[in-house]
Parts: sequence; structure tokens; C-alpha cells
Amino acid sequence: MTDEKPIAWSYLIAAVVALVGLIDAIYLTVQHITGASLRCTIISGCSEVLSSPYAQVGPLPLAAIGAAAYFVVFSLAILAAFGYRSAIPFLKIILVLMFLTTLWLLYLQAFVIRHFCQYCLLSAAVTTILTLLVLLSARLKALSTRRVER
Amino acid sequence: MKRIAPFLIIALVLIAGLIAVWALSRSSPSSNPNRNAATPDPKLTPAGAQPPHIRGNPNAPVTVEEFADFQCPTCGAYHPELKKIEAEYGDRLRVIFRENPLVPTHQHALVAAQAAEAAGLQGRFWEMHDKLYENQKAWSELKDVVPLFVDYAKQIGLDADRFMRDLNGEAVAVRIFQDGKRSHALGVKATPTLFVNGKEATGDSWRPEGLRLLINQALSGASGP
Repeated sequence: MTDEKPIAWSYLIAAVVALVGLIDAIYLTVQHITGASLRCTIISGCSEVLSSPYAQVGPLPLAAIGAAAYFVVFSLAILAAFGYRSAIPFLKIILVLMFLTTLWLLYLQAFVIRHFCQYCLLSAAVTTILTLLVLLSARLKALSTRRVER
Repeated sequence: MKRIAPFLIIALVLIAGLIAVWALSRSSPSSNPNRNAATPDPKLTPAGAQPPHIRGNPNAPVTVEEFADFQCPTCGAYHPELKKIEAEYGDRLRVIFRENPLVPTHQHALVAAQAAEAAGLQGRFWEMHDKLYENQKAWSELKDVVPLFVDYAKQIGLDADRFMRDLNGEAVAVRIFQDGKRSHALGVKATPTLFVNGKEATGDSWRPEGLRLLINQALSGASGP
């Protein structure tokens, strides 16, 4: 970490995108805690998904785990944006894990629960964007560094 | 300053997130059963389909009016709970059922409501109501539910030809429409939504234990001075 390094904008953008995921996950957590997500509403599919056994991991709502994950991603992205390079490998690992979880959850919605919840789809989109953003920006940076070295 | 800036931002977001959880939990209508659930003015609210479907003592001191959707999984899970409550309170309770099919969320909700109302025209509403809930999983995933509903109609002793005619008939449509007008006027947004003596069971009080509490309150009010 150095004070001279400029802010890495790709990580700053990732932090902002993670905030969207965090807000979505907080909303879903509150819906879960208050029991509102259990009832059926005109918003297609949400009650089926959010009241399914997959919406809970032990005593914890899955949305709360998601909120914690988004907060960790936000924190690591902010640290990376401000030049804490040691945060980047952790950010990549957690994003890959979140992306794999997202694929599993999409499979459950499509083939097991057979309903899609918009809030869960938003979270899937956020995780996908974050993964692409961080992994691609790291790849592009590596390529540009190689060119400079040549 | 730049060294501590990210930590300040992270701390700020953490605090904002905790405040958001606290504020959302407090403001959510689901978390506040004591929120002002004003009793709607019966003169201004459409009465719903007449006569209503009533189970229990028609002159009971407490009325639970349920707005439900036969394809809603929560309504299906709630059905045996409500039956238990009906058995517990006996003659002190009557239950009114109102159609609230969530279309297009539940693709067969409307035809299920039509089936129940068509059965109602032959005096077997509650038998079809129970049949639909008890077999919800069996028909919810089907493409065409009508043959199965006709089977149910036969099983509960209905005239199947009349049932088929009534299913898409005007009388059934009018009843569902009238219940829908009442549901809309009362601001019903989710199923099941329950009213105890006209007062909405807000928050978690729609759940069995909450409903019992509201019924007990209504009973003590009814027997008070």
C-alpha cells in the first residue's frame, strides 16, 4: 500500500456495484426476518422462492449470508481501489465462490423450485457483473503490464 | 488521509447498513402488528360476493374473513392450521372465505377459484375448497387442471355436467369479481390476508399463534361491558 498510487477505478466501480447487491440482500433479509416473504404476492415467484427450504441455511436466512458476502466484497474492493493490493486475491476468491453459489441458486430456481424471484435475479446479475469486472480488469491489467515490459 | 479513507468508507457503509436493517424492520408492516390497522368502514367497502361462504356458527361473536388463493403455497400450508383453529373455538368462531386469485403469478389460481365457486353453486363450496388445498401440489404443476377438477367434482358428489357449465358461467365470474372488488377496497396485497371482526391481522399476526391472539382479544371484547 502506498499513498502515491492513484485510485483504481475498476475496483471503485466494483464497490459501487457491490453496494447495489448489499441493498438488495438487506431488503431480502428484512423480508425474511419479518415473515413478509412467506405470503404470496402479485410479484411473481418471490414467495415460492423465498419461502422454500433453500432460502435458509441452518438458522440463518440465505439473504443475510448474501448481505455479509456483499459487505466483504465492498470492503475488499474499496481497499483495492485505495491501493491495498493484498485485498485483491481475497476479492477474487470470494467472488468466484459467490459466482458458483449464484449458478447453484439459479439452477434451483429454474429446475427445482420452478419459480424466479426478481430480487434473487438482481443479486445474480450483480454477482456476475462483479465477477466479470474484477477478473477481467485483473486480466487486462496483466496484459497491459506485459506490453509495457516488452 | 488516503491511508485511512477506505476504512472510514467501510465503517460508514457498515453503520448505514445496520441502520437500514433497523429502520426497514421497524417500518415494515409485517413487523408491527400494533400498527394502526383501521377497521374499514363497512358502508364504504364493497360487501363481496353474497351470500359469502361461511364455515362455523353463522352467529358467532368472532368472524375471521380470509382472502386466499388456492394455488398459493402459504395458503395451502395455512389451511390445516385454520381448520385446527376452527375446531378449537367451535361455535364462537365463523370463517368467511374470499376469492383472491393472484393472477398471473399463479397460472391455475383463477380456474381453481372458478372450480370452488362452481361447486358452491351446488352447495359444496367447502368440500371443493378442502379438496383443492389438500391436493394443491398435485394440480399446481399440471398444464391442464380442468379434467382433475372435474374428477374432484365427481368425488364430492357434484353434477359434473353442471359443474363444467358453471365453471365458465356468469354467476361464478360475478362472485369472483365481487370478492375482488372487496379485496381491492381493503388493500389486500398478499395471501393469506385475514381480518378478525373487520380488523386486519397485520404483521406476523396472520400466523396461527397471532391469529389466536386476535381471536382471544375479539372474544374478550365481545364479552366485555
